[in-house]
Amino acid sequence: MAHFDENAKPFSHKWMNERLAVDTLKRVLSTEYWIPKNINFLWAMGMVLAATFGVLLISGIFLLMYYQPNVNLAFDSVNYTIMSEVGYGWLWRHIHGVGASIVFLIIYIHMFTGIYYGSYKRGRELIWLSGMLLFVLFSAEAFSGYMLPWGQMSYWAGMVITNLFSGGGLHADFLVEWIRGDYVPGQAFLNRFFMLHVLLVPLAIIGVIVLHFGTLRIPHVNNQDGEEFDFEEAAEQYKAGNVKESKVIPFNPVFLSKDVFVMGIYFILFFYLVFYHFEFAMDPVNFDPADPLKTPAHIYPEWYFLWSYEILRPFSTNVGLIAFAIAQVIFFTLPFLDRSPNVAPASRRGLFKYWFWALLIDMIVLTFMGKLPPEGAWSTIGLIAALTFMALWIALPIITAKEKKL
Amino acid sequence: MKELKIFGIVAVFTLVLYWGVEPFAHSQMHKHVEGDNFQYSDLKPVAAKGDAAKGEALAAACVGCHSINAKNMPAPMDAVASAQAYGVNPPDLSLAGKMLDDKFFVHFLLNPAEVTKSKHFAMPPSAGSEQDAADIVAYFKSIAPKEATPKEAYEFACGRCHANRYDKWTQIGDVPKTKSNIKTGVDLAALDFKKNLGVYQNKLADYMGKLPPDLSIIIRARNEHFLHTLIENPQSQLPGTAMPRVGLTKEGTEEVMAYLEKTGDPSKEARGQVGPWVLAFFFIFTFLAYGWKKAMWKGHH
Repeated sequence: MAHFDENAKPFSHKWMNERLAVDTLKRVLSTEYWIPKNINFLWAMGMVLAATFGVLLISGIFLLMYYQPNVNLAFDSVNYTIMSEVGYGWLWRHIHGVGASIVFLIIYIHMFTGIYYGSYKRGRELIWLSGMLLFVLFSAEAFSGYMLPWGQMSYWAGMVITNLFSGGGLHADFLVEWIRGDYVPGQAFLNRFFMLHVLLVPLAIIGVIVLHFGTLRIPHVNNQDGEEFDFEEAAEQYKAGNVKESKVIPFNPVFLSKDVFVMGIYFILFFYLVFYHFEFAMDPVNFDPADPLKTPAHIYPEWYFLWSYEILRPFSTNVGLIAFAIAQVIFFTLPFLDRSPNVAPASRRGLFKYWFWALLIDMIVLTFMGKLPPEGAWSTIGLIAALTFMALWIALPIITAKEKKL
Repeated sequence: MKELKIFGIVAVFTLVLYWGVEPFAHSQMHKHVEGDNFQYSDLKPVAAKGDAAKGEALAAACVGCHSINAKNMPAPMDAVASAQAYGVNPPDLSLAGKMLDDKFFVHFLLNPAEVTKSKHFAMPPSAGSEQDAADIVAYFKSIAPKEATPKEAYEFACGRCHANRYDKWTQIGDVPKTKSNIKTGVDLAALDFKKNLGVYQNKLADYMGKLPPDLSIIIRARNEHFLHTLIENPQSQLPGTAMPRVGLTKEGTEEVMAYLEKTGDPSKEARGQVGPWVLAFFFIFTFLAYGWKKAMWKGHH
């Protein structure tokens, strides 16, 4: 047993310290959590994501109070009850809808920042892997949430995505039926996705966010130059008052003040979209109630899945499924395929510089083609872009192995 | 400066991405249909000048099927019986002179099936000559009220085929307020209404090929241009559709759209009111955060 001061008043600073180590916690988690000084606003995306996740969680809880997970009631509970009858229901829904879409934009910026600056390399592999795990969980969360309003696109997207589990030529239809709990998406399917969306997946996300933060603690955050330095030495320098010479700053309050400023700008954009441009995040087709007898003219996923959808589409069923499966996991392997010894921004890294921009542009082209009807020239462009995607990943270990040490 | 450059690059890629998946993709997925701005240019101009007094006598024939509530002339049959006779309930004609385009109305009376582009249109040709038709139109214009509410416009133009459940509107009228029997929990009046509606809808579905969709939230499912051109000429957007061309004027269409917006996008006004306050809050928040950042980073570079 530790020593307890008998005279300490309940809930006084000393009393709390003896029981919860609040001073130590504050030091370890904020005032002496050292962040490199040389980082730009792109490093604030982590906090922007955390804030957006919080907004999604809170708005989701409000929507949950009135949503009905029933195939006959779901559509109207979302589009009528929440939008018309619940005070400010429309605001919660628009926040949730816009948040679900914009969170992926920030995730992609966050990911490409990591790729550009080499933040997945040497010592930081687990940061990358836990981050990719979060990406997969967010994808599952977004997909299961998209089912819930039970609109036309919800229904048909559910049909198409679960069909993938038949494994094409394998004809594993039993697996598809097992997942759906029926031959087609129905009540059992909706119940399952409802549970996944509001409980299991968010719980897993919260857990992995904690893990993701934990993985940062020892290798520390990367910086704009990929520079490696002694954090402890720099911290001593900072604490001694040489704040100008030191390469680090405390997370709280110095870096936090920048995080909060970036979040302010982000929330201006976010709420502009919520009030004046929410329709970008809500596909019009999904405002038609689910109709199992009528296929929409074009079935496409939300914008953040389009690139991987387009890797599936231009090939024959089996080849497409294999390509799609590879696309889903290939980013996990990045720290191991990149064989260069350098942790540096792409601009200083020989051929990798071209690789980075080629990947980014290729994924944007795939995204465009994923939404367009697969006809004529677009099919061809889609096929070339999908092959380019594969080629880029095959080329990665080769071009990075040749890289000279900086 | 460097951060602004990075921000610029992120912004450009984001906007290109947005352009590709929203405006560009949608322009490619839906063929553009040029509207006629409610001119009904395919119909010949009408030379005859209408005479309302002569029209009144001719319009007496209309009440064989239609009601004219503005003149206290009831319909000979109720909605359900009408649907059993004709497939659909004929509209009340009080608003016809206000809602319908004059030229369309004249040609419609002469040859309904051709003008509506609906082969099996229930109404037979109802005027002997262009002069007679012009007289009838003049009469309906003379009795039409100055103002129609959006709901009246909807009821006249769409409401006998399309329900609007978010406004509790059915093809046979508003859902009545009824009460269940306190001892049994059964609401017989509601069941009666449901049964009548069911009979009507079955007849309507036989007549149209399928039950026309509920329009509660159509304003969000289709864009404004689509709805305008669809109302103006259903065949232009949905070739082969059973929906007849109803011949609304531009103003009549705006009234119908106002109603659709009220039921499908009821928060529009509230968004306009709340939005500026929330944005103002975040502008001030960001301004203060910038000041805090300045203060915190002082002496760090």
